Amino acid sequence: MRYLPLTESDREQMLGVIGTSSVDDLFVDVPKGALLKDVVDLPKAQGEIEVHRHLQRLSESNTPAGRTAFFLGAGAYRHHVPASVDHLIQRSEFLTAYTPYQPEIAQGTLQALYEFQSQVAQLLDMEVSNASMYDGSTACAEAAMMAARVTKRKKIVFSGGVHPHYVDTARTACEALGLEVVALPAAVDDEAAVMQNLGADVAAVVVQSPNVFGAITDLTGIGDAAHGAGALMVAAFTECVSFGLIEPAGAMGADIVCGEGQSIGNALNFGGPYVGLFATKEKYLRQMPGRVAGETVDADGKRGFVLTLSTREQHIRREKATSNICTNSGLCQLAWTIHMTLLGEKGLRQLAMLNHEKAIELADALASLKGAEVLTKRFFNEIAIRVPGSAQKIVDALADKGVIGGVAMSRLNAHAGMDDVLIACATEMNTDADIASYVDALKKVIA
Amino acid sequence: MITETTSGNRGLQQAEPLIFETGHATGTGVDLPAPKGAKDRLGGLKRKAALDLPGLSEPETMRHFVRLSQKNYAIDLGLFPLGSCTMKHNPRLNERVARLEGFADLHPLQPTSTIQGALELMDDLAHWLCTLTGMPAVALSPKAGAHGEFAGMLAIKAALEARGEGEKRKRVLVPSSAHGTNPATAAAAGFTVDEIPGRADGRVHLDDVKAKLGSDVAAIMITNPNTCGLFEPEIRNIADAIHAAGAYLYCDGANFNAIVGKVRPGDLGVDAMHINLHKTFSTPHGGGGPGAGPTVLSEALAPFAPVPHIVKRADGSRVLVEHAEDDGEAFGRMCAFHGQMGMFTRALAYMMSHGSDGLRQVAEDAVLNANYLRARLKPHFSAPFGDRPCMHEVLLDDESIRPKGVETIDLAKALLDEGYHPFTTYFPLVVHGAMLIEPTETEPKRELDRFADVMIALAERVNAGDVQFFKQSPQLTPMRRLDDTRAARQPKLRWRRAGDDAARKAAE
Repeated sequence: MRYLPLTESDREQMLGVIGTSSVDDLFVDVPKGALLKDVVDLPKAQGEIEVHRHLQRLSESNTPAGRTAFFLGAGAYRHHVPASVDHLIQRSEFLTAYTPYQPEIAQGTLQALYEFQSQVAQLLDMEVSNASMYDGSTACAEAAMMAARVTKRKKIVFSGGVHPHYVDTARTACEALGLEVVALPAAVDDEAAVMQNLGADVAAVVVQSPNVFGAITDLTGIGDAAHGAGALMVAAFTECVSFGLIEPAGAMGADIVCGEGQSIGNALNFGGPYVGLFATKEKYLRQMPGRVAGETVDADGKRGFVLTLSTREQHIRREKATSNICTNSGLCQLAWTIHMTLLGEKGLRQLAMLNHEKAIELADALASLKGAEVLTKRFFNEIAIRVPGSAQKIVDALADKGVIGGVAMSRLNAHAGMDDVLIACATEMNTDADIASYVDALKKVIA
Repeated sequence: MITETTSGNRGLQQAEPLIFETGHATGTGVDLPAPKGAKDRLGGLKRKAALDLPGLSEPETMRHFVRLSQKNYAIDLGLFPLGSCTMKHNPRLNERVARLEGFADLHPLQPTSTIQGALELMDDLAHWLCTLTGMPAVALSPKAGAHGEFAGMLAIKAALEARGEGEKRKRVLVPSSAHGTNPATAAAAGFTVDEIPGRADGRVHLDDVKAKLGSDVAAIMITNPNTCGLFEPEIRNIADAIHAAGAYLYCDGANFNAIVGKVRPGDLGVDAMHINLHKTFSTPHGGGGPGAGPTVLSEALAPFAPVPHIVKRADGSRVLVEHAEDDGEAFGRMCAFHGQMGMFTRALAYMMSHGSDGLRQVAEDAVLNANYLRARLKPHFSAPFGDRPCMHEVLLDDESIRPKGVETIDLAKALLDEGYHPFTTYFPLVVHGAMLIEPTETEPKRELDRFADVMIALAERVNAGDVQFFKQSPQLTPMRRLDDTRAARQPKLRWRRAGDDAARKAAE
């Protein structure tokens, strides 16, 4: 087996040094009968050729996004990732390193973490960021739980604009802790409803901008109202490229900003691995979940970086930890940082504007179709469209014509009462021809 | 000997500033089409906040991150005997297949007609995991080990609620040797943690479990092989006692590498166990992630598995069940989509490459390597748990060197100068000055011998009384010992412009 270096003679010699004759003697503590006498019923070892052939064939039973006119977002976005990003993250010293617990030989990972935290804080206009969460949805769940710890209150109110999977993920985690989750009905704009649900028992309102319908909202009013009621405002997001163009929640009073970083540096990967971004105010630092890198000096007085504030974390605090998270999204976070370094402010602003312009073109093209109505008026790169009949059927019919036209709202939330709504997204990857194909196919499908 | 250079570089070690100190707002490493200048549809919500993100050209970016990479230790450089972490070789075939267009360029919400290969791959992976563990079901979506623990404990909670005991059974037993994630997870799932104290032999005793059992116990979370590197000999009796008391057995599967292909947790009475694909099945650790933590479930817990999951239809096609409210007893949802697909692909490639025979050899060689190191090191160090064989990791402590003034941390730092990543230090907490050494099966004998020789030479240096050498270690690494206390007392967690820092301080 090509990955196993021991030879039979090594094994014999080593058993001799150990003072035993059979490797099974080393399994002496396994209860009688539980030690398998033979291999389990699975295929035997295969070479690279066979394994690659099998997986290649499986991959070819899928339709990759790039082979279609592709307009699907709703939490994962198809952007261009420069070739150098994937090359750099595959360097052995990044790819095959562990969590930087020995900082003297992990400054590469630690400095990149510090740069990541700085970039995230700048992008989201927040004071501090952690070193990443699993993804946007779990970051959102952690934010809701953190708000409950900070306020010592037990009710979390979710706007109807928050991605339904984020609400479901947070509900699962929050209810396990005995918190009450109020999920408002799905709505393109529900600022008034969110405010009405504020009360003395509310730990946080969770809002999202751009929301699942693509709508962008001025969060200042909700933030002020939440603070007036002693609650926090948690602002989620699924498309971090948007902050190259729109006002970030951090500038509108958010106490915790959390969301998905996949758009920068990371491929679609059928849903994971992704990278959760999580930022908050300095005063809430001790309640923040996850690892964090900090600056310090070494024995010679030189600047260096370490993992710090670990007294919040599970390996020190055990059941009193701020979260059970251990492994995070290290390599995806590195990809994010590299891509963001390549973009810089100039590139990010340009990328964001390109996305917005493509979405405007898409919105105008679809609005011109008889029977289609664009529901999202203020947006970044994503819009909700009302279609005649079942959006799910239309999405499926479009797929047969080589157009991935978005996702039916009913797939995200079966009980939203929005079976005729689909959510579509445009990015810098879409061509004019893609948009023409979409319009043409949708016209035929609707007819 | 040169101690200082004008550049700050030390040969191949390049000094490297932060991107914020070299990049600038107009620098960029991408060439994008120019926007057309359309009137925006932002309704007045255009960004007003400063962005101030530095940009670098592609060659500058390459150099920055390559220079940073050269300050890292990695498995590809040498032995990484970090106990409990299973730092084994990461085959590059797995990287290649994960990047196949049909997997990497696939959106999680595409119509099911366009993702049949992905769903088949997930089913294949599930089949391998269930067969290897002897368990009937698996929830694939958890994103890391601790997330898998959470899924398992929520399944237990849901099962208790379904039989009307949710309010009654709130106590979870956790041995003091457990990973910190276990008690943290139990607490996150709304349970109280009751610790089973450690014993001198490093094992969990049936009597200690029985003494804690009662009608309010929901589960025990037990790691097997445990964090002391030992197989729990009473695991079956413990499972029986737990089940007789109406509770469930959660197994932390972090150490599955020791028994894969040799022992099926399902044969031991386990109800739920997460599998760290980034440990046993070699998806890369990536400097801290991403991982993946699929959780296998017993018949009793399977109905409560979270969404989404895959259903195979009569015609052979597959569909996804994505809504908990339409899925009987599913306890909820762990994350937005279907889990760590990129890790599934890598793990399946790893398992197919090894096959049933190779995976069994993995466990045998991992255990053999650890016992070989144990045999070589035991005459020179203190081993807290007597003469029994260990599993895939060997636990030593600093009892024999501490009286001479050298502690675990000092020995670890001296190893850095010798070109090794140290063992896990001070874990498990039940052993003072613990050194947990896990070589894994991908180390050849000569690497083990070289490491053992170094460890023995260091032990001799301790015996010679050269304490200062250890206290001043490391000397040859890119950085000397870093000041953790300062980092924690005066947290500086991000770069700020020089003026900003002063202005903020003044404002406070």
